[in-house]
Amino acid sequence: MSGMILTLITFVPLAGAVLLMFMPRNDRALKWTALVISLLAFVLSLHLPAHWSSGAPGFQFVVDAQWISSPNIHYHLGVDGISVWLVLLTTFLTPFCVLISWNSVHGPLKEFFVLMLILETAMIGVFVALDLFLFYVFWEATLIPMALMIGMYGHERRVYAAVKFFLYTMLASVFMLASIIWFYVQTQSFDYITILNAIHSHQIAGFDRAAELLFFGFFLGFAVKVPLFPFHTWLPDAHVEAPTAGSVLLAGVLLKMGVYGLLRFNVTLFPVQAHEHAKWINALALIGIVYGALVALVQPNMKKLVAYSSVSHLGFCVLGIFTFTQIGTDGAVYQMLNHGISTGALFMLLGMLYERRHTYEIKEYGGLATPMPVYSTLFLMILLSSVGLPLLNGFVGEFLILSGAFSAWKWYGVIGTTGVIWSAGYLLWLYQRTFYGEVHNSVNASLPDANGRERLSLIPMVAMALIMGVASPLWIRMIDPSVNDSLRRSATYAAAVSHPAVTTIAASTRGQ
Amino acid sequence: MNPDLSYVRILPELVLTVWGIIVMVVDPLLPETNTRRSLGIFSFVGTLVALGASIYQTNYMGSGWFDFVRVDEFSIFFHVLICAISAIVILASFEYLEAQQIRSGEYYGLILFGTVGMVLMSSAVELVLIFIALEISSISTYILAGFRRRAAGSAESSIKYFLLGSFATAFFLYGVALMFGSTGSTNIYRIADALRLGQSFIDGAPIVVNFGMAYVAVALMFVGLGFKVASAPFHVWTPDVYEGAPSPVVALMSTGPKAAAFAVLLRVLFGSAISTGSAWFWLVWISAALSMTLGNLGALLQTNVKRILAYSSIAHAGYLLVAFAAVIAPGARETGITAAIFYAASYAAMNIGAFAVVSHFGRSSERYVDLADYAGLGKRSPVLAITLTIFLLSLLGLPATGGFFAKFYVFNAALKSNLIWLTVIGLVNSAIASYYYLRLIVVMYMQEPQAGEERLQLKAAPGLVTALVIAAVATVWLGVTPGQVLHYAGRGARQLLPNVQQSSNIHR
Repeated sequence: MSGMILTLITFVPLAGAVLLMFMPRNDRALKWTALVISLLAFVLSLHLPAHWSSGAPGFQFVVDAQWISSPNIHYHLGVDGISVWLVLLTTFLTPFCVLISWNSVHGPLKEFFVLMLILETAMIGVFVALDLFLFYVFWEATLIPMALMIGMYGHERRVYAAVKFFLYTMLASVFMLASIIWFYVQTQSFDYITILNAIHSHQIAGFDRAAELLFFGFFLGFAVKVPLFPFHTWLPDAHVEAPTAGSVLLAGVLLKMGVYGLLRFNVTLFPVQAHEHAKWINALALIGIVYGALVALVQPNMKKLVAYSSVSHLGFCVLGIFTFTQIGTDGAVYQMLNHGISTGALFMLLGMLYERRHTYEIKEYGGLATPMPVYSTLFLMILLSSVGLPLLNGFVGEFLILSGAFSAWKWYGVIGTTGVIWSAGYLLWLYQRTFYGEVHNSVNASLPDANGRERLSLIPMVAMALIMGVASPLWIRMIDPSVNDSLRRSATYAAAVSHPAVTTIAASTRGQ
Repeated sequence: MNPDLSYVRILPELVLTVWGIIVMVVDPLLPETNTRRSLGIFSFVGTLVALGASIYQTNYMGSGWFDFVRVDEFSIFFHVLICAISAIVILASFEYLEAQQIRSGEYYGLILFGTVGMVLMSSAVELVLIFIALEISSISTYILAGFRRRAAGSAESSIKYFLLGSFATAFFLYGVALMFGSTGSTNIYRIADALRLGQSFIDGAPIVVNFGMAYVAVALMFVGLGFKVASAPFHVWTPDVYEGAPSPVVALMSTGPKAAAFAVLLRVLFGSAISTGSAWFWLVWISAALSMTLGNLGALLQTNVKRILAYSSIAHAGYLLVAFAAVIAPGARETGITAAIFYAASYAAMNIGAFAVVSHFGRSSERYVDLADYAGLGKRSPVLAITLTIFLLSLLGLPATGGFFAKFYVFNAALKSNLIWLTVIGLVNSAIASYYYLRLIVVMYMQEPQAGEERLQLKAAPGLVTALVIAAVATVWLGVTPGQVLHYAGRGARQLLPNVQQSSNIHR
């Protein structure tokens, strides 16, 4: 079973997509099938934490088989404490994406769910692939379904947004491909673990000379996906134009692929380069935090506001990773999950509002708390989780990241902390303008409150935000050993090449 | 030498010639309405028989006809590929010929004769025979390009192709003559020996090889073949010729003669001129970089789908030439040739498919070849749209398609030879290229069809559907399990480089 489980989780959605393709165009049947399949994938993925051998830092549930003999490409899957939660995040969010798309898809429903399920397979694949080639295949495979989802089902400027999204990510990821091929040429292997061990035992000829370029090859691919300032300009367009489910998956999972890549590849494979460039990468992350928040503050469009808040929040994740501290990296991984839950839920909430009024303009609303009390309450909970209120999940992640940032360099922490304040500013102001006061637009007075299906899709998200806020050790316990292992490996490697900056941080890591 | 085996070594050529003659002879005897389908099926069978004959040759490899032809795994690979290309093109032509009212006897006859030339190009090891084969294939395609006789563009295309093509083959012939003058031989393998040793023997008398002349000869042959494969700076004819020629013929001439010309280029450059590799390396490097860049930039500006695909084929010739540049590192040569052979195969699959859709969608007299005409194709004809999407994604180089693996192997070979800049140029180019391929997909799926287009009947004929399915399956198959084809390509590559085998072993 343990050999098959990852394959099952990854390909159940794809099998479901194929099944949907051959189903008649009966909307009801299509919706239920998609829901059942995505729930099945979620239930299967629960197997992973349930059967987790705790404390083990390495990859678990590993399956490794030859795919193509020459070049030497393997079907190599496995999860560690970091990626397992991202897989669960993906399988957790997808059923809700089906639920919120129940009545809101403008266009052929069948293709919509087919694309969504193909996308799910590709996203899970990115997190479980341990063969660089396989990783790249899944990475690129997320592009087409997402671009089509935006382009076929989005709002007015959907085609522009879809093409922009595709070209940005495609252009950036070809450089990653170049780096991957370089590794293959030198090691005759795409295997992540083989390459990692080869690097750390100094067996790759010419690595020291090429490492700088390779680092940037990977970095560019991931930085655009995160998106790190100044590569973020595709994100607001893609978010605003995407259908609700597309936004949820884009913010919830696709952006995490970039952060995951930075952590898995840039930091672990290139410790020396990562440390050398940490200064300006952190500077970009901080600019992203502050700039994203300031731009979010002045947005008249709710969806764009949340999109820019993503730029800000993802800046925290990058900052946490590039502090190279145990606590900061733990926090970054945790914040990825938080952001998936809270921003995913925010997009769902906005989508529900859009279904009622067909506009995202803040000035169209006001006083919604009167006609929609339940909706308003749920909105507030999610919003506070995104702000980082203690007892909700966002607080834990931001606290850990900022602690790491302070211990790395106090100014990282000082500037980063302002991001928390900003986010309270733009989100609470958004809430005030939308939900408080008098209903000044008479159309809004009769808006229906959240219905059963909507409550069903929101309450689990709110519950999750609460659980993750009070019971964070459940997650951290599994994240911690993998992060520790990765940091220790980098430190050992750096000590061997005696890079001063790295060894000092390594010493501080060991001290904790 | 056993005379019977000599015939086996040109068996596919014989089969195709006999089939072509039968088609030409029978055509006037049949009423015109009946001939189209029946002669088409007959020719299709002919290409399959030739394909079978090529596979049969695996048991009888070796040289024949006084070492004018050599049957090895390299030649068999290209024989099979070219026969398959012709077979699929014939399948895709059934419906087109009816729509365009084209007399089928000449059309199928010329395709078969053209195929004879192409397959002979891949097995000939004598430069003069290569030249003759090149002419056989070229003359057939010149005529085929003019088959839309009611359209002025087609005549223009034919004449343009003929004039520039003759010019290019003259270059090739000039190169052959100089090579003979320099080394005293026109046999590829004897030239290889002469260039390696610096001297050769004519009737026992030693002559010293004139290397300056040999370099010029290689360059001139490269110009001639560069024209045939449409690589920059010899590419300017491509968009006009492709635009005017009938779409199924474009499907043929953008893949078959191209694959054959690449086979010759591989034989000439790696088989005979390998020892002067560092001299022609820059030639290939510059041509590859130019082809990729000019092809992709040119395609960005086009709105005619045939012209977009024409520029894309220039760019793909460039990617393929990147593999040739691997000559600079002896350890990477085998990888480079393997990559080039594999690229030729996967390019053929996706490009034939793309042009088959274009030919079907263009309808009679090819009116609908503009980007705007493809609006809403995703809704109007989902099957056609999905197959075209597969081909475009493969041309774009997205994983799980043949195009991706082909590009991957090529850049793998380039990085193995430390050609970092060429790789970067290629990768940036493939990102640029994604824009125009994507634009077509966007138009198909995300734009509403224009008014009045709805009544276009878009039901595809069985022949075309079969051709499309074969091409699509091949494209995906090469992308998911390329191992087998790669294995044969690798064996062909090793055959081409018998003496490099040992040195590459030492490198490992």
